[in-house]
Amino acid sequence: MAAIEPMEQFLVRRFVDFPPIPVPGLGMVDLSITNSVLFMMIAATLICLFFFAAAKRELVPGRLQAVAEMLYGMVDNVLTGGIIGDRGRPFLPLVFTLFLLIAFLNLLGLTPGGFTVTSQLAVTATLAVMTFLIVLAVGFARNGLGFFKLFWPSGMHPAMSAFLMVIEMISFLIRPFTLALRLFGNMLGGHVVVYIFATFVIGLGAFGLQGIGLNNLGLIGSGMSFMMVLALTALDFVIAIIQAFVWAALTCVYLNEVVNLDHGH
Amino acid sequence: MNPESAKLIGAGLAMTGLIGAGAGLGILFGNYLQAAIRNPAAAAGERTYLFLGMALAETMGLFGFVMGLLILFK
Repeated sequence: MAAIEPMEQFLVRRFVDFPPIPVPGLGMVDLSITNSVLFMMIAATLICLFFFAAAKRELVPGRLQAVAEMLYGMVDNVLTGGIIGDRGRPFLPLVFTLFLLIAFLNLLGLTPGGFTVTSQLAVTATLAVMTFLIVLAVGFARNGLGFFKLFWPSGMHPAMSAFLMVIEMISFLIRPFTLALRLFGNMLGGHVVVYIFATFVIGLGAFGLQGIGLNNLGLIGSGMSFMMVLALTALDFVIAIIQAFVWAALTCVYLNEVVNLDHGH
Repeated sequence: MNPESAKLIGAGLAMTGLIGAGAGLGILFGNYLQAAIRNPAAAAGERTYLFLGMALAETMGLFGFVMGLLILFK
């Protein structure tokens, strides 16, 4: 039996080799087309195709247009409208793009032979740092130095406020880590568990087929593991969408704090 | 004890952090369901906060998971 290697599915492999290219400030950068890059390209193409097909602007929407309008309405009403309020409208494109990109990358990882781009910590960390920097930029652009009021709890003794300010700052600075780790951990964990149960199907099945005797019970275990694989794959589809939604919702919560800083929305 | 096995045991112990996340998720969804059954009309409006709470509860468990990975692969 081949060695069971549940982490092998997350290996980044090169498909098209390019020589390293010097980039100013970063040194030599390897820009080869890997499976990670390939699946990001597929996701971007699918999203573009989806919207070209959906944005026909017909008065009576077809199926694709109805789906696109439903998604757009969901993000508009529940996320930017529901969490940030009226001032959230300008951030709708950002939140909607993040939601769609992460949802498509997660779902592409569940296709047979697919590669989960979001199971790479480098990818989720980049997205998280980008989200964090956007929140910072919006905060300083909207409030100037008044941005630091975010960390200053009012209505208590100044010494207490100063103490809480330290805690508030730590919890603010830890956000990109938690954003990146949440998506990475969920994707990695989900795929590893499915893989381990899939190896049980083959391992126990092969054991159960050896002659006749008590080891035939292995076939029952194999069948139960197969049911487990089915159920976990279904759960992974739910998690793929929920994690994209959670990322978009948290982006909205973080933006809400800096956009409505002096209004207490 | 040889260091390699101590490392594996440590990584396994780090995963006990997920107990808290599991309990937290149970409390969260249980209370949401209870509230949703008592007042179904208000259930849809609170679903965003349900998922937000879920994300935040999970994060604490994921710190344990990352500690496990760090111990294993460092």
